[in-house]
Amino acid sequence: MSESTRETLTLDGNEAVARVAYKLSEVIAIYPITPSTPMGEWADQWMAEAKPNLWGVVPSVAEMQSEGGAAGALHGALQAGSLCTTFTASQGLMLMLPNMHKIAGELTATVFHIAARSLAAQGLSIFGDHSDVMAARNTGWVMLASNSVQEAQDFAALAHMTTLAARVPFLHFFDGYRVSHEVNKIETLTDEDLSALIDETLIQAHRGRGLNPEHPVLRGTAQNPDVYFQARETVNPYYAAVPGQLQAAMDKFAALTGRRYRPYEYVGAPDAERVIVIMGSGAEAVEETVNYLNAKGEKVGVLKVRLYRPFVAELFAQALPPSVRALAVLDRCKEPGSGGEPLYLDTVAALHEAWTGALPTVLGGRYGLSSKEFTPAMVKAVYDELAALGATGRPARRHFTVGIKDDVSKLSLDYDPAFNIESPDTVRAMFFGLGSDGTVGANKNSIKIIGEDTPNFAQGYFVYDSKKSGSVTVSHLRFGPRPIHAPYLVEAANFVACHQFSFLERYDVLKSAIPGAVFLLNSPYGPDEVWNNLPRSTQQQIIDKQLHFFVVDALKIAREAGMGGRINTVMQVCFFAISGVLPRNEAIEAIKNSIRKTYGKRGEAVVQKNFAAVDATLEHLYEVKVPAAATSLFDRRAVVPAAAPAFIQTVTAPMMAGLGDDLPVSALPADGTYPTGTTKWEKRNIGTEIPVWDPSVCIQCGKCVYICPHAVIREKVYQPVLLEGAPIGFKHTPARFKEFKDLAYSLQVSPEDCTSCGLCVEICPAKNKAEIKRKAINMETQAPLREQERANWDFFLSLPEVDRTAIPVNSVKYSQLLQPLFEFSGACAGCGETPYLKLISQLFGDRALVANATGCSSIYGGNLPTTPWAQNRDGRGPAWANSLFEDNAEFGYGMRLAVDHQHATAAQLLAGLRETVGADLADALLKAEQKDEAGIQAQRGRVAELKRRLTALNGHGSAATARLLDLADAFVRRSVWIVGGDGWAYDIGYGGLDHVLAAGRKVNVLVMDTEVYSNTGGQMSKATPRAAVAKFAAAGKPMPKKDLALLAVSYGHIYVARVAMGADDEHAVKAMAEAEAFDGPALIVAYAHCIAHGYDLRYGINQQKLAVQSGYWPLFRYNPALRAEGKNPFQLDSKPPSVTVDKYMYNEGRFSMLAQSHPDEAHQLLDLAQADVTARWATYERMAKGA
Amino acid sequence: MSDLSTTYLGLQLQNPLIPSASPLTRRLDTLKKLEEAGAAAVVLYSLFEEQAILESHLMDLYLSQGTESFAEALTYLPEAQDYRTGPEEYLEHLFKAKQALGIPVIASLNGYSPGGWVRYAREMEQAGADALELNMYFVATDPNMSGRAMEDMYVQLLSDIKATVKIPIAVKLSPFFSSLPNMALRLQKAGARGLTLFNRFYQPDIDIEMLDVVPHLILSDSNELRLPLRWIAVLYGKVDVDLALTTGVHTSEDVVKGLLAGATVTMLASELLQNGIGRLSVILRDLDRWLSEHEYEAVGQLEGSMSLQSVPNPAAYERANYMRVLSSYTPARP
Repeated sequence: MSESTRETLTLDGNEAVARVAYKLSEVIAIYPITPSTPMGEWADQWMAEAKPNLWGVVPSVAEMQSEGGAAGALHGALQAGSLCTTFTASQGLMLMLPNMHKIAGELTATVFHIAARSLAAQGLSIFGDHSDVMAARNTGWVMLASNSVQEAQDFAALAHMTTLAARVPFLHFFDGYRVSHEVNKIETLTDEDLSALIDETLIQAHRGRGLNPEHPVLRGTAQNPDVYFQARETVNPYYAAVPGQLQAAMDKFAALTGRRYRPYEYVGAPDAERVIVIMGSGAEAVEETVNYLNAKGEKVGVLKVRLYRPFVAELFAQALPPSVRALAVLDRCKEPGSGGEPLYLDTVAALHEAWTGALPTVLGGRYGLSSKEFTPAMVKAVYDELAALGATGRPARRHFTVGIKDDVSKLSLDYDPAFNIESPDTVRAMFFGLGSDGTVGANKNSIKIIGEDTPNFAQGYFVYDSKKSGSVTVSHLRFGPRPIHAPYLVEAANFVACHQFSFLERYDVLKSAIPGAVFLLNSPYGPDEVWNNLPRSTQQQIIDKQLHFFVVDALKIAREAGMGGRINTVMQVCFFAISGVLPRNEAIEAIKNSIRKTYGKRGEAVVQKNFAAVDATLEHLYEVKVPAAATSLFDRRAVVPAAAPAFIQTVTAPMMAGLGDDLPVSALPADGTYPTGTTKWEKRNIGTEIPVWDPSVCIQCGKCVYICPHAVIREKVYQPVLLEGAPIGFKHTPARFKEFKDLAYSLQVSPEDCTSCGLCVEICPAKNKAEIKRKAINMETQAPLREQERANWDFFLSLPEVDRTAIPVNSVKYSQLLQPLFEFSGACAGCGETPYLKLISQLFGDRALVANATGCSSIYGGNLPTTPWAQNRDGRGPAWANSLFEDNAEFGYGMRLAVDHQHATAAQLLAGLRETVGADLADALLKAEQKDEAGIQAQRGRVAELKRRLTALNGHGSAATARLLDLADAFVRRSVWIVGGDGWAYDIGYGGLDHVLAAGRKVNVLVMDTEVYSNTGGQMSKATPRAAVAKFAAAGKPMPKKDLALLAVSYGHIYVARVAMGADDEHAVKAMAEAEAFDGPALIVAYAHCIAHGYDLRYGINQQKLAVQSGYWPLFRYNPALRAEGKNPFQLDSKPPSVTVDKYMYNEGRFSMLAQSHPDEAHQLLDLAQADVTARWATYERMAKGA
Repeated sequence: MSDLSTTYLGLQLQNPLIPSASPLTRRLDTLKKLEEAGAAAVVLYSLFEEQAILESHLMDLYLSQGTESFAEALTYLPEAQDYRTGPEEYLEHLFKAKQALGIPVIASLNGYSPGGWVRYAREMEQAGADALELNMYFVATDPNMSGRAMEDMYVQLLSDIKATVKIPIAVKLSPFFSSLPNMALRLQKAGARGLTLFNRFYQPDIDIEMLDVVPHLILSDSNELRLPLRWIAVLYGKVDVDLALTTGVHTSEDVVKGLLAGATVTMLASELLQNGIGRLSVILRDLDRWLSEHEYEAVGQLEGSMSLQSVPNPAAYERANYMRVLSSYTPARP
């Protein structure tokens, strides 16, 4: 970053922006939010590496508790005269809005960089559009849009330059994912460039305006009606000056770099009659299409809006060709109820004010919401729509959408998907892989090699599915001799690689292959055997498209090289060998250099195993001689079985198959309401090994069922007679429960839902006496077991569930007979959170309302296409909703208020209708205690009877009876659960959580403490322990973890438990039951091992045990109800520390990495961490003794 | 005051006491304390190549797992600029130890791959080691592997390393050879300047409640001196190498016994771990006193004076020793 000659690098938009912002800032306040998080991560990492800014000083990078906190901190830093920046998106920007008004009102120079993203409405979306930045358009900030990776870097610099001159803050935005995550080849700016661009005198002026007791001033007054209005108008000259200042900066930039920009930039025919107005990456697609169409003789153009606020009517109008007759203004957002989207309205107003001559017709169109594809075919459809206006210019419709099929409002334009303008000299490649096989990483390396080792231009864009385990990735790569401006997916591929053979049965991977393309398949079958193992339609496509078909057994090569399932290196070599982008020897050398660069610091052994895979690849790469005819007798499997409900068949299944883009508007719910229990229809079949039960060894303890994160292991007790009709091979044994002596018992695994995490085997306490390494369940290869176990699973599901009233459910053994109503989520294999949620669903699910904070649990719990919260046979189950990240406690509290109010209303109505419905029934309903399953079941019976009697009134009842009928369900005790992670509970939502707990209503709060922001990739929270490495704490967290449980205890009226189900499973069940039974707020802080801890989660239970044994995670329950019994409410439930804390810590990468990267700091922090543990234990011990 | 100085592996030592590999040699501050307490040299803890490789693979696994799978979390841990994997950490420690200490520093290596043995031996020499101790052991579990073949592996490895480094090499051996003298001779011919007797292994134990095999290490006591004592006595004078005795040395008496049997130096760890580094100076003082009391002028006078070839009844170290012990336990006839 300090080189005097400009480097050409291949990087993504986030890195390109962060490089500039870091160099030009002194204080950076950050908070993670997708897709802007990597910018903050880069800043934190560079700070940890002591990289200086442009003035030779390492910037201060501070993570805050929320984006609101970050904005507040920056406001303060700006007031104190520093150069400041931050990075955010979406809801994060919403939390910054209050401060943004202040910062602009005080005429303060700063730049916020925004990876623009959808706002949560009918559903959350992490993907790109302009909903967020458009909601900031009244803050008084300059809004500057960049359209590509190169522009994102350049405009970052322009924003930092101009804000200092303008004294107006800048919001620089670029499209989330499409620009923030697209990898492209750009020319970078050097320190010398930045020095030349930044005017030091303006920095002095900025600093001079900072608060300083040497020459004190006062800001932030409260103003009265006499002056507020006039004071508001004082800033007009500053805004008026912005366009000129920006253009001056752009001119200076152009003189230095040769890249010329204008606030409103027209491209196209000088005499164009049809013009599209647009900002963001979509402009690139329009420009490419304009060039293509004009070359074919059309006269069209595009106006790229770079400066959106202030919106300068004169400059806008001047930029348009006078010939224009029709404009289509494209907005990447939706403003329901408005007369048009923001850019459209601004355009109409600008033309009204500044256009001379006959006003062109203006249409407003929406496109690209939530990263919806926006392709040249869609662009052409827009121009065609403008052409269809005809001479009158009168549109049939003023507003339209493009890119979807709107069969409800009939607003969408039709387009021809076959319209393709890709340059023939651009190589377009698609790679289908698993997240775990390293495909994306290899492709990122390939792009770097092509971009930096060859004269080619290169682009990479990566699509991930929404699962955290077994996720499918599709990489889209382009390279060629010309710069690549194609902000859309590859649709006409001349190279398709399928890195997992099993995809062929699920996906149409050859859909985008063009005739004559290359098809590379990772196949366990050699060139002579593979053909007959392909689905028939795949064979036919290969024949019809005359594909060049290659196979390699990458898994075998990778395993032999010690790479396990990571076939990335092998497939990368094949890609280079076949594509010929480099001579083979040069390609191999470049790949090896890249391997050394990427993995060298992890140790020579890692480099060597990759080299071994490279060296072994080419001799196993074969071209397949394609037969003349398709011969297979099988084809791709149906996405869902025929038994699936209609909604699953017509809506969910296309999403599962990757065809969700084709769903029309009418297919989707208007209010974001979806059915529960849908994951059971999505058999992802991702487990390579599954647990196999050995009834002769099993002690029926239920621990494997309990710990299974995906609810794929179940147990049932049932009448032996029901075994008639069981599939051959269905396993069972006499039940070992004192209540069920004559019943049969089965433990069954769902083979196509298992993720092979192995936690079940680790927790199993029953060892085979003849061969100790075998237990009551053992992992075995899935493929040969799949069909048999699938039949067994279906039969198992047909067996009756246990009678909930017949067992004491508050123990591990019995609770695991209860049907889980949280199943087959997309959580990571071995997840430490989901077993807690599953347990809640078993114990209380049929009467639970769940408020779920945004985070991992809201994603694996609520991300389409399928969701894991399920229903029992009666159709009951958890009713679940997600509001935001920061408000979840309040959200759940609101549910409680509603439930209580409904109950109170129903009780009042029932009291008034006591004689009508029958006094006995009414009294029983009102007095029911519902303290256990039998009580709840009895109350359900009464409610059913009440409904029957009310219904029997048959229209002769009053308004009150109708209202009571509506509210009758409220008599059944509701269990309100507020669940989320530590990022919510310790940081962004702590204020709300504290308030809700203090308020005293009956809510149960479960904090699944992974000690980092897991969903966004492991950023530090206040739950992160001292001495751990995390994102935003790359040099180890120096401060101790907050004791959230103890803070709650301090109130005295809250039930509080600290649990770790892997360390003490009975304790966790007991705490859950006590929490629900406690007549007041309850908080359970649950240890949850996590992939971000850096070890094989199969050993999560061992780590939980060590966490408790070392005293790092003492178990306790604080039950205020015990006070009434004269007992100490504080019960310390774990034993004094028996091992030192390093025995726990150094099994995990998050701690051991610090010892390897910063050994001295690691030693010091370890000592402090041990002292923390010792001190806390002493405190707990005193409390337990009542001292 | 007697002359305690001796020569081991060609290194001039102030006395015959060397702290062997233990946690005490992992930290610079304790190394300095060992020197201050009178250590004549130190053997650093062993660099275990297998462990280093495993750590690399694990770090790779942990940094890779879950990455590039999920759009919101493309990685889960920050990448540091650099990591000190096992060998780097060791070499840095060795370098710092050499800078900090005036006494010879002996590096200890437990290799895994043939390339690793040679590479790390060379790097230890470059980092300043005064000598190398090769911590060699192969646990034979394959019935098709003959004893001879096993022994050839030791010899070949030593030859390869000898061809690479110039600093003196000692080989730390286990007692489990059919003919230890023959093995010792072969190692001498392959270039060993010294033999360290013996390696103490972690011996696995069985937890009968959990049905687990668990590693178990018990610190030594003076009784364990007997095994190396016998073999040093046997080897002394028959192979042209320096002999170091390294098990069961807890007192000055143990040191004296070792030297009498033929050891050039004695090494100790358990005693210092149990009773503190200060024990080193106490043992040295006691040794000096014993020598004075018994009118020895220098420790060199002791060395090998009671080896197998120097005692009047060599059989005491041979089979007869076994017989006598047995007979001493024969119950008295009625």
